[in-house]
Amino acid sequence: MTDVQVWVWRGDASGGDFMPYKVAADEGMVVLDVVHRIQAENAPDLAVRWNCKAGKCGSCSAEINGHPKLMCMTRMNEFPAGEHITISPVKTFPVVKDLVTDVSFNYEKAKTIPPFKPKPKDSDGKRRMYQEDIDRVQEFHKCIECFLCQDVCHVIRDHDENKQSFSGPRFFVRLAALEMHPLDTNERIDLIRAKHGLGFCNITKCCTEVCPEDIHITDNAIIPLKERVVSAHYDPIAWALRRMRGKKDEFVPPEPKPPSA
Amino acid sequence: MSEIERHEYDVVVIGAGGAGLRAAIEAHALGAKTAIVCKSLLGKAHTVMAEGGIAAALGNVWPEDNWQVHFRDTMRGGKLLNNWRMAQLHAQEAPDRVLELEEWGALFDRTKDGLILQRDFGGHRYARLAHVGDRTGLEMIRTLQNTAVAKDIDVFMECTLRHLLTDGERVSGAIGYWRQSGKLITFSAKAVVLATGGVGKAWRVTSNSWEYTGDGIAMAIEAGADLIDMEMTQFHPTGMVWPPSVRGLLVTEGVRGDGGTLRNKSGERFMFRYIPEFFRADTADTEKEADAWYEDKRNNRRTPDLLPRDEVARAINSEVKAGRGTEHGGVFLDIATRRPAEYIRRRLPSMYHQFKELADVDITKQQMEIGPTLHYIMGGIRVDPDTEATTVPGLYAAGEVAAGMHGANRLGGNSLSDLLVFGRRAGEAAAAYSKRAGAPKIDEAQLAAFGQGLEAPFQKGGDENPYAIHSELQDTMQELVGIIRRRDELEEALVRLERLRARAARARVTGSRVYNPGWHLALDLDNLIGVSEAVTRSALVREESRGGHTREDFPKTDPEWGTKNVVIRKRDGHLVLATEPIAKVPAELRALLGDDKPTGEAATGTKTPVAAGDD
Repeated sequence: MTDVQVWVWRGDASGGDFMPYKVAADEGMVVLDVVHRIQAENAPDLAVRWNCKAGKCGSCSAEINGHPKLMCMTRMNEFPAGEHITISPVKTFPVVKDLVTDVSFNYEKAKTIPPFKPKPKDSDGKRRMYQEDIDRVQEFHKCIECFLCQDVCHVIRDHDENKQSFSGPRFFVRLAALEMHPLDTNERIDLIRAKHGLGFCNITKCCTEVCPEDIHITDNAIIPLKERVVSAHYDPIAWALRRMRGKKDEFVPPEPKPPSA
Repeated sequence: MSEIERHEYDVVVIGAGGAGLRAAIEAHALGAKTAIVCKSLLGKAHTVMAEGGIAAALGNVWPEDNWQVHFRDTMRGGKLLNNWRMAQLHAQEAPDRVLELEEWGALFDRTKDGLILQRDFGGHRYARLAHVGDRTGLEMIRTLQNTAVAKDIDVFMECTLRHLLTDGERVSGAIGYWRQSGKLITFSAKAVVLATGGVGKAWRVTSNSWEYTGDGIAMAIEAGADLIDMEMTQFHPTGMVWPPSVRGLLVTEGVRGDGGTLRNKSGERFMFRYIPEFFRADTADTEKEADAWYEDKRNNRRTPDLLPRDEVARAINSEVKAGRGTEHGGVFLDIATRRPAEYIRRRLPSMYHQFKELADVDITKQQMEIGPTLHYIMGGIRVDPDTEATTVPGLYAAGEVAAGMHGANRLGGNSLSDLLVFGRRAGEAAAAYSKRAGAPKIDEAQLAAFGQGLEAPFQKGGDENPYAIHSELQDTMQELVGIIRRRDELEEALVRLERLRARAARARVTGSRVYNPGWHLALDLDNLIGVSEAVTRSALVREESRGGHTREDFPKTDPEWGTKNVVIRKRDGHLVLATEPIAKVPAELRALLGDDKPTGEAATGTKTPVAAGDD
């Protein structure tokens, strides 16, 4: 059995460095297997998140040779023999330890999204939706919240200061799913522009490229949302109607809450 | 013990899978101050991995389906060991719980008429599973997660609770630690709902994630609760077997529901040789009829590929033992022959992706190699069927951690519905209890003792690698408490568990308390080993074969054992086992089940398989 060597970033908020580890290779091995073997044999306190090991839960996001990827879906045989392989934590979020970052940004943003609000049921008490009307929303529901799109998005990757006013591709997908849901009646368009910072996105499609679920984030979520914002906000009739109604769409931030991590 | 962070709630829900989230939503809606505490990030619990669907007699595909048929299928699938009242409530309430998810934004696949589409699954007479391709669990957990967040329920993520606190007989809270900081945290709670799932990580080949360490079961028995049916473990027939890194990973039963066929290495559809008498009337006995069933389900009987999971897993095990398995010790599952590529990619997208990416197999063209994988435990904490109250006042349990609903074997699709039906009931009952119960008193001495225990691995200077102990535990359970069991092997398992327990007490922990998986595992080992012992002791007591428990030395299903649960309690630090009668099914429900009883002999793979259970 041959060995594989990888360089794993070890450290915490105060700093760290890549450390070399060598473990035995197995057929079909993925990067997460290598990390687990390092834990078991060399570094029992090596911090890593994972759950399903099948690309379904989105826990084991990391940067492998600088590319945002799921460790459980990255096969070791993708790398040519002898290639220098590095595994580092996602860059957009603050490091807690080793490969684990503080992703609470995403959970805080999730709280600011106005929830699903369905229209009344059909007269017989049933709900009818047709497959062709939900196909596009089901694409968005494939999101496993790995936050790789958030990691790669240059609006927040290199600019912490934008995090306050920009929610990132994951939440544009979420907002698009709600906006395009055939039953939903809630209003979010003004909010999407004013508080989620859709305008910051200049559609470079980096998010789409790294999505492990192949969601067409830019084409199917972000661009249609941008179009809706434009027609709602810059259309003179819609503008006049909004003025007549008063500041109904104004965003009210939720009360700050204790430690819900 | 170091400084401890303290919180006070009416209801603390431990676990944020389907059952925990549903319980918390209910308790919160009823006005209880509610917290959700979970080991992983929110939305990553095991429910997210559920694939095939939620069983509910909506009657959208088969108008003749109703709760009575679902009740019948569940009870028969469970070899009549189920708590009948739970099976009844489940069958009656599952449709409302599924429709409720739709009210909260879930988008299930649709029928041509725009209603929720339902798919075939093992042991269900009618196509009954509401689904979203093969990622139903993701849809369910995200819907519940978004609902809980919208309702502003407090969530404590990456926080492991390790012991329940008690005030006399009743529960008073729980103590554990933040995974990120390693700091201790405690909750004072009038009521606690356990929704922590199972214990799959005690086995080598499992579909379960690291979280499945039996926490809730271990905490409950320590606090004085009863466990039942712990010998009833489910080996899902179709886990991946190759390459080694993915061994055990789940392959949804939906593959067979949507047309997949099992074959041995010579291409034989071997399931026809394993139809038990109990299911013979409902099952096609020729390939011709089975093939015809896919096209005309009204006038043909179902393929034996869709027998309940215990039957299929044992059959695969027998084929492999008889030398008719694949190179890597599995059998073949083939859907490419029956279905076009486009259909497979649409109905089973994540299976397509999983095999393509991880095994270099294109399931639209090639056969899958599959074999049994430990997937679920039917046994767990004994609960009252209506309220999910355990035998400890103030303590409730729902989902996989609770027992009774599934009897000796769970039908596919009945878990997601179980989570919703009994999660809601547990939340409701816990909220009601919290209103009538006064504030509990925290026993500071108990709290301090537990706290010191959690910190102890750092101070003990142990010499054992916790990962190595875990690995040996997995080998022990896999080899000795697997699909087919016998007395000498179970006894050997108990000896080895005792040794592992002694070694676990000397687990070596290095590094800081910040996000330290070695420390976390050292603490989890106690739960894993304790619950493994409960499984093994129960398996020794039940001297028959039924559902998820097969004894090579007692291969027959014994009607006498069909009237009993194996019950486990902890008294003076030791497990005490007893058998107690199960509740009798009332006459009007009994009539739904048919006159026959599960009988016959389980295929244990030690002899040439004939039509198993044929006598």
